[in-house]
Amino acid sequence: MQTNFTPEQLADPHVATSEKILRKCVHCGFCTATCPTYVTLGNELDSPRGRIYLIKDMLENGRPADEEVVTHIDRCLSCLACVTTCPSGVDYMHLVDHARMHIENTYRRPFKDRVTRNLLAAVLPYPRRFRLALRAAALGRPFAGLFRRVKGLAPFAAMLDLAPRQVPKSSGSRPGTHPSVGTRRGRVAILSGCAQPVLKPQINEATIRLLTRLGIEVVAPAAEVCCGALVHHMGREEQALESARRNVDVWLREIDNGGLDAIIVTASGCGTTIKDYGFMLRLDPIYAEKAARVSALAKDVTEYLATLDLPEQEPKRLTVAYHSACSMQHGQKITTLPKTLLKNAGFTVRDPAEGHLCCGSAGTYNILQPEISATLKARKVKNLEATTPDVIATGNIGCITQIATGTTVPILHTVELLDWAYGGEKPAMLVS
Amino acid sequence: MEQIGFLPPKPAVLSRRREIVGDLKDLLPEGCLVHEPRSLVPFETDAFVSYRRAPLAVALPETTAQVAAVLKYCHRYGIPVVPRGAGTSLSGGAIPQEDAVVLGLSKMTRILEVDYANRTATVQAGVTNLSISDAVSADGYFYAPDPSSQLACTIGGNIAMNSGGAHCLKYGVTTNNLLGVKMVLVDGTVIELGGKALDAPGLDLLGLVCGSEGQLGVVTEATVRLIAKPEGARPVLFGFDSSEEAGACVADIIGAGIIPVAIEFMDKPAIEICEAFAQAGYPMDVEALLIVEVEGSEAEMDGMLQSIVEIAGRHGVKVVKESQSATQAALIWRGRKSAFGATGRIADYICMDGTVPLSQLSNVLRGTAEIVARHGLRVANVFHAGDGNMHPLILFNANDPEDAARAEAAGNDILKLCVDAGGCLTGEHGVGIEKRELMRHQYTDADLAQQMAVRAAFDPQWILNPSKVFPLEGRPAV
Repeated sequence: MQTNFTPEQLADPHVATSEKILRKCVHCGFCTATCPTYVTLGNELDSPRGRIYLIKDMLENGRPADEEVVTHIDRCLSCLACVTTCPSGVDYMHLVDHARMHIENTYRRPFKDRVTRNLLAAVLPYPRRFRLALRAAALGRPFAGLFRRVKGLAPFAAMLDLAPRQVPKSSGSRPGTHPSVGTRRGRVAILSGCAQPVLKPQINEATIRLLTRLGIEVVAPAAEVCCGALVHHMGREEQALESARRNVDVWLREIDNGGLDAIIVTASGCGTTIKDYGFMLRLDPIYAEKAARVSALAKDVTEYLATLDLPEQEPKRLTVAYHSACSMQHGQKITTLPKTLLKNAGFTVRDPAEGHLCCGSAGTYNILQPEISATLKARKVKNLEATTPDVIATGNIGCITQIATGTTVPILHTVELLDWAYGGEKPAMLVS
Repeated sequence: MEQIGFLPPKPAVLSRRREIVGDLKDLLPEGCLVHEPRSLVPFETDAFVSYRRAPLAVALPETTAQVAAVLKYCHRYGIPVVPRGAGTSLSGGAIPQEDAVVLGLSKMTRILEVDYANRTATVQAGVTNLSISDAVSADGYFYAPDPSSQLACTIGGNIAMNSGGAHCLKYGVTTNNLLGVKMVLVDGTVIELGGKALDAPGLDLLGLVCGSEGQLGVVTEATVRLIAKPEGARPVLFGFDSSEEAGACVADIIGAGIIPVAIEFMDKPAIEICEAFAQAGYPMDVEALLIVEVEGSEAEMDGMLQSIVEIAGRHGVKVVKESQSATQAALIWRGRKSAFGATGRIADYICMDGTVPLSQLSNVLRGTAEIVARHGLRVANVFHAGDGNMHPLILFNANDPEDAARAEAAGNDILKLCVDAGGCLTGEHGVGIEKRELMRHQYTDADLAQQMAVRAAFDPQWILNPSKVFPLEGRPAV
């Protein structure tokens, strides 16, 4: 569609990128149909096309963000279902990233929002702080009902609801090198992550067990930090880029000292971001090329497993409802791979209806937008339960936490089931 | 683009903006009225994005009663009302104007009843076309008309434009599949037309409403026919060395009395665009492609295909390629149905919708190519060939005003060519603002006067979607 930018505006590389993205949109409206917030709220302003238009108007006029724009951009889950749907190839992800950055730089949020966001940005990416916060949450849980009733405190109620009853002691992937069992077939780094090892250390434990059993040496670098996705989605670009640079350095060191076949990511939300490091750091002359190298090496654990030719296993009498995380299917376009792995491993796999719709987790969304998130969760759980599964499998910690609060069906990471199928212990959650 | 005009906004309405917004707020639940000027901008256009007019306010009612309340209010004060479904119109049917209240049906998305005994579904107007089929698919049924935008477009919009689609060759367009509506008249009166049976006594007002482009009232509920899914369906690709040969082949298939479910046409530029998006395996070394879908039992499909292959052979068909799996069949259709949007990958476009007798298909394809070349532009053709419903996509650069003006002029010439070939201006997208002034090329003054008289019988003040369909000059005074 037509755009209206001056050459001076286009001199800003972020604006130039957004202008190219906007030019591709033909305003056909297909994206509205698969957008979880449009489907829920029925307002063009809460659809990708409406947001694209709001962003276009704001950028063309060189305006600071205002409350209206912020309201509707904040409601975007960044699930990227629209990107899968869009026939014209509009790169909505980078457009909304730019808008979030613009909001962060030009808009002053109300006090309560600032406190909530600062708190999330200061705690979630840091495992030690996060573990402490979860212990504190256990004490705060009795107040959740009270918080829910006070306007502006709903995010705190959501946090308390999401916090697990018990905080696991282990931390998933211990830093260091986990040697392969038998002949070494390959060497990979594993992203330790930030929130995941605190909430579900079993995921990386299972990954390391499975990979080393398959002859892969797995290294968990010590100096690695959060991938930056959480703050990136809040528009805190500098903080996100700092994380990205630090991780790029860490992984490049590993490449130099022993080589890496892949950087294994077990949370698809993080995978989408690490695969985007090359774009995020494109304007940094020192890091642009290095970041692109790292992005090319990043693989979801299921992508890597698919290269290892796992043998077909005897059928297990267990029905798995596969929930494809948005960051998996829309962000990384990994759609059938995890299901094929599960089927080969002997599981009966079922697809829920409306599989393209987000479960409402979306990073910090379930904390910042608890109402829409709860509606989407209920819809997702209903569709998952309709497949009458014994267990739900998915590839993202956010979805696991979100869906687990809405159903009694056990929910596991895909790799936990695969570890079991290929010689590991039965996941504790399935042992009754 | 600025060639197509809108009615000048009424100063009496504009000056009362604040009161109107306040009053509408009282009529609607919270979160159902958009009125901040910057929030109105995203409503200023639909999929005919070259033209834009921001409205005065946007009402998003949740019930028929709220629709009635808004209409009653606007009727009382002479405020124009522009109904809107999903805003996917390619003719500007949902583009507002400065003094108008947009009445959006996007919150009315419930499927109210599925009645297999009578093979009907009753749905709210904001339900998307595809979600009707999705809701009944597991039980072996579907809703037949399938506009390419069926993922997003609403049944209310389909009724307003009497939309068609690829599979309408066999099953007919919206009007042939619509059994009844609940509709709100301009003064807020709620009426019901038709029912669950194929015909109702009295005047066929349902037939009148279908295709009336939101000018006779606002449909809030619809009862549509459900059709049992065929035993099997198979899309087959036929590649030709020239568009003219492909066009002539279509005429011969239909002329031989063979009616497949769909015959879709793509020329080389369209094939390249669709393949880039869908990777459906379209043949890339041909000048034109027909997607012919046959359905029924294996024997029925084989029999029909044999006749079609024979006819295609007489037209020098170069490639015949059957889809090898359900996945590939789905990709073939995904590519075809995304063709317009996918064109956005290479250029801006306007999409024509002229329909011609099949005997004229080859001539009009040639004429279209000549017109576009004369204006120094490029064209991609992708359309419902079996119906003779052509969709030349005229490619241009929206950031270049001269290019945009050339595209519009070329479009007008193509549509006139369709009419002169014995066809019409619009097969399924509606007149909207796009073809409004060309209505004089299609109809005599007497024809138009009669149509306007009918319209005025429903809406004497001309407040419903007023800038659309009828040429601005020569309207009766109101």
